[in-house]
Amino acid sequence: MRRIFKFLLSLLILGGAGFWLLSAPTRLDETKLAATTPGDATRGQSVFWQGGCASCHAAPGATGDARLVLSGGEELVTPFGTFVTPNISPANQGIAGWSLSDFANAMTHGVSPDGRHYYPAFPYTSYARMQLQDIADLYAFMKTLPPSENVAGPHKLSFPLTVRRGIGLWKRLYLSDQPVLTIANATDAIKRGQYLVEGPGHCGECHTPRNAIGGPDKTLWLAGAKAAEGKGVVPNITGGEGGIDSWSAQDIAYSLESGFTPDFDSLGGSMADVVQNMSHLQPSDRDAIAAYLKAIPAHANGYPAAQ
Amino acid sequence: MKRLIALSAAPLLALAVFATTASADPIADRQALMKDQGKAVGSIAPIAKGEKTFDAATVMTALKKINDDAQKLDPATLFPAGSDTGDTTASPKIWEDNAAFVAAIDKYKADVAAAVAADPKDLESFKTAFNQVTQNCGTCHQAFRIKKN
Repeated sequence: MRRIFKFLLSLLILGGAGFWLLSAPTRLDETKLAATTPGDATRGQSVFWQGGCASCHAAPGATGDARLVLSGGEELVTPFGTFVTPNISPANQGIAGWSLSDFANAMTHGVSPDGRHYYPAFPYTSYARMQLQDIADLYAFMKTLPPSENVAGPHKLSFPLTVRRGIGLWKRLYLSDQPVLTIANATDAIKRGQYLVEGPGHCGECHTPRNAIGGPDKTLWLAGAKAAEGKGVVPNITGGEGGIDSWSAQDIAYSLESGFTPDFDSLGGSMADVVQNMSHLQPSDRDAIAAYLKAIPAHANGYPAAQ
Repeated sequence: MKRLIALSAAPLLALAVFATTASADPIADRQALMKDQGKAVGSIAPIAKGEKTFDAATVMTALKKINDDAQKLDPATLFPAGSDTGDTTASPKIWEDNAAFVAAIDKYKADVAAAVAADPKDLESFKTAFNQVTQNCGTCHQAFRIKKN
């Protein structure tokens, strides 16, 4: 009996140690960061709109220049719980004290300056594919934004999701800096579009269906999904059934600029906000996104049909 | 003859009754109205984009069309309670926060009326009017529309 007890105890200790080791936060290779040139705030402004930071981190309902005050406080109500977006303005309540290394580790490894995992409601699984120079430029731009001392509240989650360490295991499955798709004979425009969509644009976070533990199903990349927040669905943006095969590349680029579909319906829901970001992009970048979307594998809708 | 008049008047009478009470199929009616406005916007968007040359008459025809349709947007008859189910992308928020929805529609009506009154005679003033009108599309659809399937 005592032997069995000892055996179970050692299993528990081994399991615990294994969990602790496997769930440990990883950090960026500092030598890669050292290879970047000092951040350019003007370039960073483009990256800011590519990344859509304002959509979640501006105060709820902010419009115009108020979208540049990243005071946080937006509540993302999901089946996993309610995530409250943090203040990321250059203030004491925000990221005034952060080094570039702190910022880059948050963006690409989902790790806070004090070494805690961030919940993947913050789309670092996409931002992990960003070029470090873009992150350095973005960091420089964000330092120029208006500060806010707003205190964004804590997340409202329940056990076991309150155990942040568990996210380390999840990251082992889903955090990668590698491209999602391999596209044969990709033109420069398609490559640029792939970077924007899979990286800073983080389109797949909403347009790709997720499994039970919230991991993206990359076999249905951009095929549309049940909305992570609230009711409804996010559209299929591949060329498959239910998708946007009938849209030309120009139609896609124009929809991102103006919010209008080819038949002059207008994009609604959270995409209306995304259009506010995308309308600031260089026209060639919107064209690149369109070129990529026309080049990706077609899938039928990634969400179940209406009952 | 009297009978003929009576017969031909009957549908008109029915139409009059129909117009003053709730619409029989508000979802179909509001969708038709929205599509009609989209068509009119689509007819002048290429001018705003710079793909077609500016023509004051074309622009005015379209703006008037949008205005006519916009003023028909009556939240009470086109979005009655209970019309949030079926083949519709109307968000429940329309009824949860009806005052905000009505305010958004009123703003749109005012903006379109102002665009017609501005009577744009050149490309720049048209673009201003066009943007003022069409920004309402995204704002309202962001808050009050949800894709369900």
